[in-house]
Amino acid sequence: MTALLATSDPVLLEFAELVRTEGKVAVEGNRTRWDVGGMLDAEARVLSAPEGIVDYKPDEMTAVVRAGTTVAELHAALAEKGQRSALPERGGTVGGALAVGESDFRSLGRGLIRTCLLQIRYVSAEGRIISSGGPTVKNVSGFDLPRLMVGSLGTLGLMAEAIIRTNPIPPASQWLSAPGVPTRVVADAVLAPSSLYEHEGTTWVQIEGHAADVTAEIAVLKNSGDFDEVDAPDETQRPAPAPKIAVDAVVSALNDQIKRNFDPDGRLNPGRDVLAA
Amino acid sequence: MLERLRALRGGESETSGDPAIDALRAVLGDRAKLDSARQALHSHDASVFEDGNSGPVCYPETTAEVQAIVRIAREHQRSIVPRGAGTGLAGGAIPLGAPVVVAVTRMNEIFEIDEDKRVAWVGPGVINLDLTRQLQPRGYHFAPDPSSQQVCTIGGNVGNNAGGPHCLAYGVTNAHIVAMEVVLPNGEVAMLGSVDGETLGYDLRGVFVGSEGTLGIVTKVAVRLTKNRPEVRTLLLSFDSVTDAAQTVSDIIADGIVPAALEVMDHKITVAVENFVNAGYPRDAAAVLLAEVDGLSAGVDIDAERIGEIGLSNGATDVRLAGSEEERALLWKGRKTAFGAIAQIAPDYYLHDTVVPRSALAGVLEQIYEIADRYELIIMNVFHAGDGNLHPLIVFDGREPGVLDRVHAAGGEIITASLEAGGVLSGEHGIGVEKQKFMNLLFTDDDLDHQNRLRQAFDPGCRTNPGKVMPVGHSCADIQSLKRRPTGVWG
Ligand SMILES: Cc1cc2nc3c(=O)[nH]c(=O)nc-3n(C[C@H](O)[C@H](O)[C@H](O)COP(=O)(O)OP(=O)(O)OC[C@H]3O[C@@H](n4cnc5c(N)ncnc54)[C@H](O)[C@@H]3O)c2cc1C
Ligand SMILES: Cc1cc2nc3c(=O)[nH]c(=O)nc-3n(C[C@H](O)[C@H](O)[C@H](O)COP(=O)(O)OP(=O)(O)OC[C@H]3O[C@@H](n4cnc5c(N)ncnc54)[C@H](O)[C@@H]3O)c2cc1C
Repeated sequence: MTALLATSDPVLLEFAELVRTEGKVAVEGNRTRWDVGGMLDAEARVLSAPEGIVDYKPDEMTAVVRAGTTVAELHAALAEKGQRSALPERGGTVGGALAVGESDFRSLGRGLIRTCLLQIRYVSAEGRIISSGGPTVKNVSGFDLPRLMVGSLGTLGLMAEAIIRTNPIPPASQWLSAPGVPTRVVADAVLAPSSLYEHEGTTWVQIEGHAADVTAEIAVLKNSGDFDEVDAPDETQRPAPAPKIAVDAVVSALNDQIKRNFDPDGRLNPGRDVLAA
Repeated sequence: MLERLRALRGGESETSGDPAIDALRAVLGDRAKLDSARQALHSHDASVFEDGNSGPVCYPETTAEVQAIVRIAREHQRSIVPRGAGTGLAGGAIPLGAPVVVAVTRMNEIFEIDEDKRVAWVGPGVINLDLTRQLQPRGYHFAPDPSSQQVCTIGGNVGNNAGGPHCLAYGVTNAHIVAMEVVLPNGEVAMLGSVDGETLGYDLRGVFVGSEGTLGIVTKVAVRLTKNRPEVRTLLLSFDSVTDAAQTVSDIIADGIVPAALEVMDHKITVAVENFVNAGYPRDAAAVLLAEVDGLSAGVDIDAERIGEIGLSNGATDVRLAGSEEERALLWKGRKTAFGAIAQIAPDYYLHDTVVPRSALAGVLEQIYEIADRYELIIMNVFHAGDGNLHPLIVFDGREPGVLDRVHAAGGEIITASLEAGGVLSGEHGIGVEKQKFMNLLFTDDDLDHQNRLRQAFDPGCRTNPGKVMPVGHSCADIQSLKRRPTGVWG
């Protein structure tokens, strides 16, 4: 009998065909983070991942989406049902966002990107479609390959389709900012800000929830510092993602071993190195 | 749990005649134990599966000692199995092939509570509830709250990616582990993740959580602190049918509410609990739904009211809001002592664990009742309905001849029914030895081969918790040869 997670979606099978079983190969999204982890080997063939939202179930809080779909398109569909996801919407694709693995600057409210990937289907170095995880919001069925794929820069597998966990958009939202209030003071004052950071001497906070609670939290914030209601921060008002922390030789060796086990000939996204990202 | 009769005899032998044991004793002294009583005690966990056989049982107190144990085992080509409190229900801590059992229960120190970074560094042997009790006065708690939280360890929670009633809103263990120190199967110490931000490389912290002790031994954990919620509302809704309760759960989620907890108990378990603790549950309801919302005062009232309305529109016969902290505590006591309550019905139980899409809950429950009838077994249901996590509880008397075969057959059908409804094998107990043979139902050989590649990157020799998770036919899964203690091993 066939395994229940096996796919017969012709679109995915065709993508696997394109990856083939040999030769250097990479996937491009919208190239918004194209050079992270190093320049792509010039010999590599460049493919695009399949596109389209396959199945969105608002009451399960899950969306099956092909990796080449833009995050913007996915989020537009979710918003129609009052939902969103932890994927950063910055001009890229679902597969690109997962491969890069940076979280949205509002991750306190939306969740970290690595927690939103419930199931992944990717094409392996052998040109096979591999599925891992599952369609439910809770799952410990075997080794957690979805975790491995988030932030993998396409070096272990080329992502074809993902199941993303969605979340309801809270009824009310307000941004506030104030000069020079330590983030710890804000974190202690309010219950659960959806975003909280300091940038160039200004502290930014997003409060979300039921309208009356948001109003109450705004009052609390104004007592703890010189906060004003403001529009959501624009590009210049947010810090660039913090540089990643280097790992020691033991962990580096483990990373290298994983890469060798998944892609012994180094054909997937050659030139990118997760340890150099 | 099966009542096990054990010979509590035997003692430490002075000279072992086994160089591996001598080496372990040189490091650990009398904390390396090789007496038959202790080995018997560590040959099983809380599951119903056949006992394994334990080699020496070691109680390290430091990372350096864990590292020494792993190196000695490696040098003498013995395998190891990490162990916490042994409350696992999938057999993850059952020793196969006489491995060194590394019981981390003495590594139970809370090293540091860092409120700036909102993390606490703790030993893997810290008991889940003890951690939350230490955090409470400062206004925090550790969010995963398995029903076994009075005894299970943080290391075991990491091993199984444990969940609990309140993981609906806050996420399971993986969302609450920021970093950890582990001793790898090659004996090196590695720090996975960081409390200071994202690290370069693959998310090894993420893949370690839920790996059931097969990738190494956790020796220190940085857990995320969750701020206590100022306001909580707890509702008890009663229904004439399990289907109505399940529909209510789906509708609550579809309405955009993310409750802190949504727990369903069916008639049989409700009556058992009521007889046991008098929690104030209705004895005549076909199902009760325990719903909790937390947060700030305005939102919890709005959400609680809405949940009541959704329940009534689905035919709830009663909606009750806990009027006091005592009443709330009593309602939860009922839920959390459900497993103790069933002891009055039959001496043994087998607690299953599958997840299905919420919309499939009612249909799969119907199939479970039908399976129970067919196998002439009592099956009760108490489960984390909010995330579709079913916990069918088969109660039986293990002394009845042949009953265990029926229990396993019925369990197999429950798993198949869950998978066919679009579900997965486990929500929080893991695969262990319980569900290896079902892995092929879900995953292709290629899928399993890739899982194995991850495992082998950590443990190429398959010496860390061998015979678990991967089904027979894949390397690291060859349990046949592990069933019996190889002659000559451990004297
Ligand atoms: C101004 C600006 C600000 C940004 N801020 C943020 C931010 O705060 N947080 C954040 O997360 N992102 C941020 N981004 C990045 C952006 O959000 C990208 O979404 C995303 O991470 C990359 O998507 P992409 O489709 O453009 O990928 P690309 O740039 O096309 O690809 C990135 C890498 O992923 C690989 N890849 C792409 N698709 C796949 C696939 N299907 N399978 C395997 N590998 C694949 C590529 O080979 C490449 O190595 C920002 C971008 C810009 C321009
Ligand atoms: C009555 C009852 C109710 C339960 N309710 C729940 C529930 O609500 N939710 C839930 O998720 N589970 C529940 N469980 C299952 C179990 O309690 C949890 O899985 C728990 O996390 C196991 O912790 P432990 O310390 O007992 O681990 P053990 O059983 O000792 O070990 C579990 C696994 O983790 C590995 N492990 C242990 N320590 C380490 C370490 N230091 N490093 C690496 N690996 C390690 C072991 O090898 C094993 O594979 C319940 C069990 C019982 C008996």
